[in-house]
Amino acid sequence: MTHRHVMSVTVQDKPGVLVRIASLFARRGYNIESLSVAQSELPGISRTTFVVTGEEHTLEQVQKQLYKLIDVIKVIDHSEAAFIDRELMLIKVAIKAPEDRVEVRQVAQDFRARIVDVHRQALIFEVTGDEGKLEAFIEQMRPFGILELIRTGRVALTRSAADPKAVGHFAKVA
Amino acid sequence: MNGAQAVLKALEREGVQVVFGHPGGAIMPVYDALYDSPIRHVLVRHEQAGTHMADAFYRASGKVGVVFATSGPGATNTVTGLATAYMDSSAVVAITGNVPSTLIGTDAFQEADIYGITGPVTKHNYLVRHVNELPKIIKEAFHIAATGRPGPVLIDIPKDVQLAPFTGSWDVPIDLPGYRPTVTGHSGQIRKAAEAIRQAKRPILIVGGGGQAAAEQVSDFAEHTNLPVITTLMGIGAYPAGAPNHLGMPGMHGTVTANRAITNCDLIIGAGLRFDDRVTGKVSRFAPNATIVHIDIDPAEISKLVKAHIPVVGDLSDVLPRLAELLPPLDIASWWTQLREWKTKYPERYKKDKPLVSQEVIELLREATGGDCIVTTEVGQHQMFAARLFPTSRPRTWLSSGGLGTMGFGFPAAIGAALARPGELVVCIAGDGSFQMNVQELATLYKHQLPVIVAICNNGVLGMVRQWQEMFHAQRYSEVYLADSNPDFAKLAEAYGIAGYNVFDREEAKRLVPEVVAKRQPAVINFVVYESEKVFPMIPAGAGVDEMIIGDQEPDPSEVRMSMEPVAVGERA
Repeated sequence: MTHRHVMSVTVQDKPGVLVRIASLFARRGYNIESLSVAQSELPGISRTTFVVTGEEHTLEQVQKQLYKLIDVIKVIDHSEAAFIDRELMLIKVAIKAPEDRVEVRQVAQDFRARIVDVHRQALIFEVTGDEGKLEAFIEQMRPFGILELIRTGRVALTRSAADPKAVGHFAKVA
Repeated sequence: MNGAQAVLKALEREGVQVVFGHPGGAIMPVYDALYDSPIRHVLVRHEQAGTHMADAFYRASGKVGVVFATSGPGATNTVTGLATAYMDSSAVVAITGNVPSTLIGTDAFQEADIYGITGPVTKHNYLVRHVNELPKIIKEAFHIAATGRPGPVLIDIPKDVQLAPFTGSWDVPIDLPGYRPTVTGHSGQIRKAAEAIRQAKRPILIVGGGGQAAAEQVSDFAEHTNLPVITTLMGIGAYPAGAPNHLGMPGMHGTVTANRAITNCDLIIGAGLRFDDRVTGKVSRFAPNATIVHIDIDPAEISKLVKAHIPVVGDLSDVLPRLAELLPPLDIASWWTQLREWKTKYPERYKKDKPLVSQEVIELLREATGGDCIVTTEVGQHQMFAARLFPTSRPRTWLSSGGLGTMGFGFPAAIGAALARPGELVVCIAGDGSFQMNVQELATLYKHQLPVIVAICNNGVLGMVRQWQEMFHAQRYSEVYLADSNPDFAKLAEAYGIAGYNVFDREEAKRLVPEVVAKRQPAVINFVVYESEKVFPMIPAGAGVDEMIIGDQEPDPSEVRMSMEPVAVGERA
C-alpha cells in the first residue's frame, strides 16, 4: 500500500548538501513530490522538508539511506507524531469582468489570502496553509482563470516543545 | 609549507606508507611535495588500475588504500575503481587535483566536476575550498573510509589550494555529528537472536565481506555453536575453506549443498552480508521457511532486500562473541546428517574428456601453492571456478570484484595486494577478456618485481556471456569471440620484461605450474582452455535458488541437463 509521508531532515549546511539529497532520491528511485530547504534556528544547520510517496518498506529505506549521508544529522518522519505543516503559494488570478473582482476578493477573504499585487486584469494572492487549504483555494479560483501559480512545497515541525533527541544532536553542534 | 606539503604531512600522520597514482597538470604541486616525502609512490599506467590497487591494498591489509590522480580524465578514470570499492565496502582515499578555484565552472582545460560525478559512488567526498581545511578534511576522510561500513572517500583539491601557504592547525578534532556508526549490538536484539537460534532445527550461518575483519570471531562462533557455514564471494577466507563446517558458496554459481541448505533451512544468521541478488536469486523463493537473523553494521542493509525478522545492527566482532555466550553447542545432528549427505553426493567435479579446462588450471595452482598465497580474480567464468576450487583459508586473501563485477580488477588488485603484504605470493586468476582491460599494468609489475603470477584461463571468448548466449539466447554468439584477435600473451609479457608462457595441453600445464610457482617471480601463464566449458550449478537470472540447474555437478552424467528454456531477453540479469 502506498503512503504519503512528510519528512524533515536536518543537515550540516555544506556546499552541495542539497545535491546529495536530491541525487540520492533520484538514483534510488524515490518519488518526491516537493522539497524545500532553508536555514534552521541553529547556525550551520539547514532543514529540509519533503513529501515522499511509496510503500512502507520504501519509506523506511528513504530514512535509512538519508542517514548514510555523512552530512545528515537527523531524519524526522512526521507521520510518527502530530505535526504542523504549512505551505506558501503565490497565485495570479484573471479578472475578466468587474463583478469577478468582487467575487474573487470575497473568496480570498474567506481563505484569509492576502492581495499582494493589483492589476486591472489580474490579482496576485499570497495564501498560507496546509495542503488542503491551498488545494481548495486553487479549485475556487479555477473558474476565474489561474494565470500563474507557484508553491514553496511543504515545511513541517513536530508538535510539542522540542524533539529531545534532535536537541541532543544540536547541542553538540552548537 | 604549502597546501600540497600539508597533504603529504597529513597522509604521513595517518600512517600512509604507499600511494598509487599518476601525475598530471592539476596535481603537480602534490607530486612536487612527494619528491621530498618518505611515502612510497607506485606509478601506475592508468588511474583505474591505481584505484583498484589502493582498493586491494585495503582488502589485503585492512589499511586504507590511497590513490592520486590529476583533474579531468585522471579523475574520471578513478570512477570505476571507486564504484568497485564502494560496492565491496573497501576503504580507499582518492586525492584528485583540480583546476584552480577561479577556473572551476568555466570548462577549463582538464576540468571535470569530479565532486559531483563521484557523489553516488563514494561514501563521502570533499571539494577543498581553503588550504587550512586540509588537516581536518584528510583526517575525517580516513576516519569515514575505515570505520563503520568501510568505503571510498574522494578529496578534490584545486591547484591554487595546493599552492597556497598553509597557516592552519594540526590539532583538529573529528566533528561529524551526522556520522556515528553503531558498533555495539543491542543486547535485547542479541537475546532475541539467541532464543531463535536455540529453537532452530536447521540453522545456517552465511558470512559475507563483513567477516573479513572478524574472521576469528566467525570461526569461534561456528566452532562453539557447530553451525554450518556458507561464505559468499566476498566472505571467502573469512571462514577457512575446507573446514568441516564449511558448505561453500551460495547463489547463482554456488555449491549444491549451500543452495540446498538455504532452501531447506529454518533459520539464517546473515553476518556481514547484504543479500545481493546473485546470492538470493528470486527473493520470494529464497529460504522460504527461514527466520532471518541479520547482523550488519549498516542499518540500511537490514530488510533492504530480504526481510530480517531479527535485525542486529553492529560490528560482527562485537555481536558474534556476545551471541555465542548465550548459546550452547547446538543439537542439530539430523540436519548435519542431511548436509553431509549432500556434501558427499556433490563434491566439486569436472570432466577431463576434452581439452584442458579452467578448473584443472585452477586446481594445479592450488596444489602447487598449497593454498598458501593470496588469490585475486578478474570477472567471469574463471572467477566462479576460482571461488569454488581455490577459496582461501585466511581472511583478506581472496580478492575479487563482487558487487560491481569489474573486469580489469584482478590484475591491478594482485599488485596492490603484493605491496600490502610483502613476501606473500599472489596468484591472479584471469580470463583472456578481463586481463586485457588493465594489461598495461604489466609495466608496474615489472618495475616493482612483485611475486605476482597471472594465470590466464584463455578460452578465446567472453566465457560467461557466451555461456548465457548458449543457454538463454539460442546459441546466438553475439560479439564474444576474442581468439581471432587476441595477442600472443607470452610474447606480450616478455615485451614488458616479464616471463611469459603459452600452455596448450594438460601435460605441459602439470609440468609448468609447479616450476613457475616455485620461482615466486612475476609471470604470465596463458593457458589455452576448452572454449565451451560452462559453470554449474547455475541459478538462471530471476529464478529461485530451488530452481538451480545442477548440470555437470550431477554425479550421474546421464542426468545432466545443460540448458534451460530461453528466458525473455531483457529480463533483469
